[in-house]
Amino acid sequence: MKTFKIGGVHPNDNKLTAGLKIVDVPLPRQAVIPMSQHIGAPCVPCVQKGDVVKVGQLIGEANGFMSARIHSPVSGKVAKIDMASDAFGAKCQSIFIDVDGDEWMDNIKRTADVERICSLTGPEIIKRIADAGIVGLGGACFPTHVKLSPPPGTKAEVLIINGVECEPYLTCDHQLMMEHGEEIFIGISLLMKAINVQRAVIGIEENKKDAIKYFQELATKHFGVEVCPLKMHYPQGGEKQLIDAVIGRQVPSGALPIAVGAVVQNVATTYAVYEAVQKNKPLIDRVMTLTGKSVKNPGNYRVRLGTPLSDVMALAGGLPEDTGKVIAGGPMMGRAMKSLDAPATKRSSGLLVMPALEAQRKEMDNCIRCGKCVSACPMGLEPYLLMNEAEGAVWDRMEHDRVMDCIECGCCLYTCPSRRPLLDYIRMGKATVGGIIRARNAKK
Amino acid sequence: MATLIVSPSPHIHSGDSVSKNMYNVVIALLPAYLVSLYFFGVGALAVSLISMLSCVLFEYLIQRFVFKGKTTVGNGSALLTGMLLAFNLPSNLPWWMVVIGAFVAIGVGKMTFGGLGNNIFNPALVGRVFLLVSFPAAMTTWPVPSPLSLQYTDAETGATVLAMIKGGFGELPSHVDMLLGNMGGSLGEVSAIALIIGGIYLLIRKTITWHIPVSILLTVVLFTGILHACNPAEYASPLVHLLSGGLMLGAIFMATDYVTSPMTHRGQLIYGVGIGIITVVIRTWGAYPEGMSFAILIMNAVTPLINTYVKPRRFGEKVKK
Repeated sequence: MKTFKIGGVHPNDNKLTAGLKIVDVPLPRQAVIPMSQHIGAPCVPCVQKGDVVKVGQLIGEANGFMSARIHSPVSGKVAKIDMASDAFGAKCQSIFIDVDGDEWMDNIKRTADVERICSLTGPEIIKRIADAGIVGLGGACFPTHVKLSPPPGTKAEVLIINGVECEPYLTCDHQLMMEHGEEIFIGISLLMKAINVQRAVIGIEENKKDAIKYFQELATKHFGVEVCPLKMHYPQGGEKQLIDAVIGRQVPSGALPIAVGAVVQNVATTYAVYEAVQKNKPLIDRVMTLTGKSVKNPGNYRVRLGTPLSDVMALAGGLPEDTGKVIAGGPMMGRAMKSLDAPATKRSSGLLVMPALEAQRKEMDNCIRCGKCVSACPMGLEPYLLMNEAEGAVWDRMEHDRVMDCIECGCCLYTCPSRRPLLDYIRMGKATVGGIIRARNAKK
Repeated sequence: MATLIVSPSPHIHSGDSVSKNMYNVVIALLPAYLVSLYFFGVGALAVSLISMLSCVLFEYLIQRFVFKGKTTVGNGSALLTGMLLAFNLPSNLPWWMVVIGAFVAIGVGKMTFGGLGNNIFNPALVGRVFLLVSFPAAMTTWPVPSPLSLQYTDAETGATVLAMIKGGFGELPSHVDMLLGNMGGSLGEVSAIALIIGGIYLLIRKTITWHIPVSILLTVVLFTGILHACNPAEYASPLVHLLSGGLMLGAIFMATDYVTSPMTHRGQLIYGVGIGIITVVIRTWGAYPEGMSFAILIMNAVTPLINTYVKPRRFGEKVKK
């Protein structure tokens, strides 16, 4: 079985919610929709206080190419447009909508039948995707239409579908694959048409045996699509690691996947593409995993964007007594949240509740130079050295030692016997070195 | 709602720790320790206990009264140094020499550099080599194995295999005796098989990787194999080299010391080959019959250089088309 070649770790996968059917979260009383739910420029609100909006109506217009439109996930009246805190405490312009009923735009097909036929051309498909405000749902939230428009001079050869879900605990992609496999395959054919490639490979880790089997069956009916079972190996869902695992090509330092002819899309994104192109449904909801060892009803929930996360938590039985930390996303790369009052966004792949006992970091020891961080780094860096350099503020050395290649997967800190805050220092170094590089480029 | 803890990712940890690694090595040393207790009896017990106790005590005293910081003797690193130092000493060494060795190992070899993780040289070997050059006679008279002996400093002594080869006298023990450890030598180095069992345990527990031991052993086998093939009368066979002296102990337990060995696998291979070559050169042409300790210390000194110039294979370095 295939996997990527450098580094990586093997955390316990703890997929407590595997196989649990996706449950719809009831509509909130008020939805709060931040104007920045993607990488790139925040959207510009195109509704005003007092406007009545329907589900799927455009409320935030993309601000330039590197941006993604935002649609109303609920129907009702715009209560106000104001700053609101996100789950991490940062303020962002948001539209507050008082929910009234559930009235959808007329052009959205709401039936559950699978729409197979598509007569659109590649560029038309990309336009639909941009219009629907789709972003990468794996967690990075990179606008999908940007990823599907390769820069001039490059040519995509293969579409890689990310069904790895290597983060421990998360199962939303797995469950989506089991419940909407056919739609995902149609999404794949749409994406293949959009970037004009004849080959697509779906990477799935071996801990999802049922999904591998189901997708292999479906693949026999779809020409040019193959399933690539992968060994369990974190961070296999990382774009560069997945490309290496699936087609054996390594994206060079600083380059994009297109440099080796690959375009990578997550399965949830592919499903959203299907809905946008075949059903005309913009990105207004997503599946998220709500989990944790002491959560009463862990599960996979379909949530309208803008729903307060505390509502989703209440559905799962409320915050357990022993809660120490709530993480947006998985335990390796997710961010610890400041409060549950924030709304679900395109970024919300999961909520992981960690008991107080596990939530606190232990004190660090001296570096014993065991080299485990070097062996674990999937980018072939030397985390111990980068930390020393960050402590000493020798930024030029850090740049030379490729700090900008770091994908922040957390393998170094996960594996360090002395629990040294390697990644914290590397992040600081990345921020500083990134600033120095930008300043230098601006001068040229 | 209760206050939530906020900290940067990752939020889980492998559970590995300094003390787990240290105690794993201690566990891996137990088979060889039992063998030495059997062959060298009370002497082995006395030397090892004195060495471990004094290493732990010196580390504690220096951390407590010189550094005036927190003490970390519980993590097992001083205990391990003491155990390794004892393994490199003859079992009839007087107690006060053992204490001096422990003081040099911990006080000079480790603490002067700032404690665990900062030392350049393997502390146990620093202690051992200090004793070797200070008390050459005591350090090179080895008790002959006498199962469960009750003698300590008055034990009957004999020569090691390597000394016999160098001096060209005596009859070498059989290969089976050498494998089991039924021969003269430092108390922990004699039983190749017990050391190999410990090494396999360390490999399974992922405390060490194969790179350092295998590169050292392969280099020694290749180098001595060529010499032996050229002139079997003059040079001992690779098997004798493998089973004698401190080679196994050094390759599996001393050279793999985290702090003083290179960080990358490629660097570790270079380091291992270097140790192998230097060991054979000293054994064959040097003044001492055994060169393992010196070889490791010399390559310890080269380690920072290796770390500077030998980098891990970077992702995307070679693009396959």
